[in-house]
Amino acid sequence: MYAFEIERPTTLDAAKAAIAAGGQALSGGQTLIPTLKARLAMPETLVSLHGIADLKGIGTDGAGRICVKGATVHKTVADETAERFPALSYLASRIGDPAVRNRGTIGGSLANNDPSACYPAVALATGATICTDRRDIAADDYFQGMFTTALDEGEIVTEVKFPVPQAAAYEKFIQPASRFPLVAVFVARFADGVRVAITGASESGVFRWTAAEEALTATFSPDAVAGLQVDPDGMIGDLHGTKEYRAHLCNIMTKRAVQHAS
Amino acid sequence: MPKDSGIGASTKRREDIRFLTGTGKYTDDINIFGQTYVHFLRADVAHAVLNGVDTTQAAAMPGVLRVFTGADFEAVGSIPCGWQITDKHGQPMQEPRHPVLAHGKIRHVGEPVAAVVAETREQARDAAEAIVLDYDELPAVMDMKKAIAEGAPKVHEELTGNLCYDWGFVEENKAATDAAFEAAAHVTTLELVNNRLVANPMEPRVAVGEYDRADDMHTLHTTSQNPHVIRLLMGAFVLGIPEHKLRVVAPDVGGGFGTKIFHYQEEAFCTFAAKALNRPVKWTSTRSEAFMSDAHGRDHVSKIQLALDADNNFTALRTETYANMGAYLSTFAPSVPTWLHGTLMAGNYKTPLVYVNVKAVFTNTVPVDAYRGAGRPEATYQLERVVDMAARELGVDPIALRRQNYITEFPYATPVAVEYDTGDYHATMDKLIEIADIAGFAARRADSEKAGKLRGLGINSYIEACGIAPSNLVGQLGARAGLYDAATVRVNATGSISVMVGAHSHGQGHETAFPQVISEMIGIPEDQIHIVHGDTSKIPFGMGTYGSRSLAVCGSAMVRAAEKVINKAKKIAAHLLEASEGDIELKDGSFSVAGTDKSVAWGDVTLAAYVPHNYPLTDIEPGLEETAFYDPANFTYPAGAYACEIELDPETGHVKIERFSAADDFGNIINPMIVSGQVHGGIAQGIGQALLENCAYDADGQLISASYMDYAMPRADDLPFYSVDHSCQTPCTHNPLGVKGCGEAGAIGSPPSVVNAVIDAIQSGGMNVAHIDMPLTPSRVWAAMHGARTNAGAAQPAAGSSDTAHARSIGGAA
Repeated sequence: MYAFEIERPTTLDAAKAAIAAGGQALSGGQTLIPTLKARLAMPETLVSLHGIADLKGIGTDGAGRICVKGATVHKTVADETAERFPALSYLASRIGDPAVRNRGTIGGSLANNDPSACYPAVALATGATICTDRRDIAADDYFQGMFTTALDEGEIVTEVKFPVPQAAAYEKFIQPASRFPLVAVFVARFADGVRVAITGASESGVFRWTAAEEALTATFSPDAVAGLQVDPDGMIGDLHGTKEYRAHLCNIMTKRAVQHAS
Repeated sequence: MPKDSGIGASTKRREDIRFLTGTGKYTDDINIFGQTYVHFLRADVAHAVLNGVDTTQAAAMPGVLRVFTGADFEAVGSIPCGWQITDKHGQPMQEPRHPVLAHGKIRHVGEPVAAVVAETREQARDAAEAIVLDYDELPAVMDMKKAIAEGAPKVHEELTGNLCYDWGFVEENKAATDAAFEAAAHVTTLELVNNRLVANPMEPRVAVGEYDRADDMHTLHTTSQNPHVIRLLMGAFVLGIPEHKLRVVAPDVGGGFGTKIFHYQEEAFCTFAAKALNRPVKWTSTRSEAFMSDAHGRDHVSKIQLALDADNNFTALRTETYANMGAYLSTFAPSVPTWLHGTLMAGNYKTPLVYVNVKAVFTNTVPVDAYRGAGRPEATYQLERVVDMAARELGVDPIALRRQNYITEFPYATPVAVEYDTGDYHATMDKLIEIADIAGFAARRADSEKAGKLRGLGINSYIEACGIAPSNLVGQLGARAGLYDAATVRVNATGSISVMVGAHSHGQGHETAFPQVISEMIGIPEDQIHIVHGDTSKIPFGMGTYGSRSLAVCGSAMVRAAEKVINKAKKIAAHLLEASEGDIELKDGSFSVAGTDKSVAWGDVTLAAYVPHNYPLTDIEPGLEETAFYDPANFTYPAGAYACEIELDPETGHVKIERFSAADDFGNIINPMIVSGQVHGGIAQGIGQALLENCAYDADGQLISASYMDYAMPRADDLPFYSVDHSCQTPCTHNPLGVKGCGEAGAIGSPPSVVNAVIDAIQSGGMNVAHIDMPLTPSRVWAAMHGARTNAGAAQPAAGSSDTAHARSIGGAA
């Protein structure tokens, strides 16, 4: 790691000013710190969002959405959404290990948009709104490919608002080394239809499997996806799974998510 | 009633108190006044001509003391290889120069090319980034079969090619073996890969070099399993420092698994630079460096054939193995695929004819050397897979086929040069059947099938060779050292004992187990005995710890030294008791005169030895300290039977180990708890190899699995609760303790049973899959089951393999 300065603002305005001055936001650091240790980045100043009370906590808005502030750690989400949105709680409870869950944040994860991260799946599958210090962005517009989002330089994720589905489940098949998803599927059933978001699988990052959504909207049953196949072309092929295998797992994990949706 | 002390007691490990309370002293805990830090600039290409290294800018950076390059080591020796193999034509192996820092050529990713010594670690690293390398990349030599083809690019220009040796064993058996195959009623053929592994001890390697100008004394503190071996190799062959001017200290070491046996460039560098700069020089490996600089393990590509007669008796066995040496010959690398592998190919079976061919090949990869088991896992895996496959092809019970062919009479001279002194393979198989509840398997399989899963049972036998080794024998086989060991038993005046042992403990529990032996012999409490190891200035000599040899070889030396001490103490006791020496008995820490009530306590005798007022000074010297060297008469041959039961998710290919059972015969046992722990750890590593671990390179020689993000170590939830038993005991016939060694059995015996179990599960589902190469990742298992076409670098066959067989045990993809 190269030497850097660290600032610990306690208000969002102070953080924005520090970032505008060239600072790099740090929210949990589960990706950023290893990157710095490997000397793959050399920011002069890190701006920790950890001390900003307004960026922490979980509430509900008038539309019944679960609103998670950007710097809320996974552990808090796991603990506090268990009754209101068990599938979200379960997802958060299975990210990394206890050290990661007590440090990593929802805003950090969504801003990084690792193609194998868990949170992008629930955000996209529920049609969440990603709120920033500048605007609100619909999940469908937010995720723009591997490590790429609609965020502008220095833009901070302040809150994520999740519509709560009638039934939902998250099925993760882990990559055995990193234990990130090799393929993970979030299925969310709403009154007006079913949304299916898949992470870990695609070279383009998290994506909606629209064919499965249509089939499941017509019939919400595990068998509904039996004949469907994700195109292996465009899937990630690596040491841990071929493109064909990942495409196959998309189907299996979707089926299992429907089975377990509650 | 279990004993509570001495031989056979499960004494709690005394060393764990310091390990678990943070008071262990590891090499990285050693910080010396005036210490500097070295950062190695490592190659990020696999193969290149190195035209020049520009250090001008780096040398001027803050805190930099000096930047070293390969040119600084031209007058220094090559990192030596400790074993010379003679090929099937009687010619010595090809042995390339192994420089401390790359010079003229880069031969693998991770090879140290330059070294910056600076006041701080960060300054050294900063300056290393300012070094400019001028190189021309060459095609990487990765595929072993292509590497030895005509016209292949050479890893070493000065050699005739990339073939280190072509070894035939036993060459005189080849024609008869081939003839037996001609006459066979059935032949089973299997091609397989023994996957390359990274040892991954918890503590990475560290070296601290120190030089005392006042008396021209060098000291190296290092993470080693064998400090005397390092002193010999580095002092005599690399730096030209005589033994009396070189001290090597290996303090607490956080796991070795073989990869800390070898002498590495970083050790030589720190020792050399400490003198050059007249400052201590420290290097602490990062985990990333460890992946690309610790010697790797395994990496064999083999074809094995088993011939059977019409009654299913094994009549002959032959194998052809390509063994990856990597870019250079690490310390024991040439011996692993030959003498530690070929000699075990008979296994537990009375196969009359065995022929083993091994071609060792240089490639542009990290050197490969011994890793827990070293050659025996590779032998066991091939043999126990081909036997299982034969049973399946013949439609016979795999246990019955094994039993039918078991060796039952001992001593037994195998057709591959070794003589098993003792064993009882039926006994361990009987025990396995009991502890694995094989009778209940059918019901458990039915339950799994009801839940939509497949269930498989895999069993295997194993035999291995420990206690390396009779020096005259290994000398004939090419070892450049003797493989005895040594111990000094120093009795203090008031009766406590310090034992200086040549074995090094880095997880084995010697500090607890060795005192149990002395306690048993003398009858004093274990806590009166202290074990000293890991410092060439404190211990008499020692070849170190590897090959499960510590107790069998060094423990035997300790017994011999203790016997000498006891004999002398009896003379003193006889004097004190005014009795004949022949009438003196030692029991429970007291000497007595047979048939009388006269006795004298151990402590009174030892005090007399050091305060010799009433002492036979004209006949014996004062003091009570004895040293013994012990050279074993044979290897020891632990053996056993293992069973693995797995559940397979047919939709995903995921394998879950439900049960794992191990019935081992380790001969006599000193501490059953420590033995169980050794077996547990070995099985974890064996399961890791079978299901998870894969050191993978791409075709350009880049290490793909270069961190824990891609290299899967086994974790607690990958493993079941084990059922281990070591009650079957046929004591070793030739060492004084009757012990065989238990450190590697788990890693040797477990991979075949895991793979046999997965194949059994798949076959039970009606899919005809004969073999899947390790690691059996979900992707590979699924691909095999569904015959799915997999992308380049897939498991069946292995990545980018040449036409005939997978000649590269590395794979770019699943």
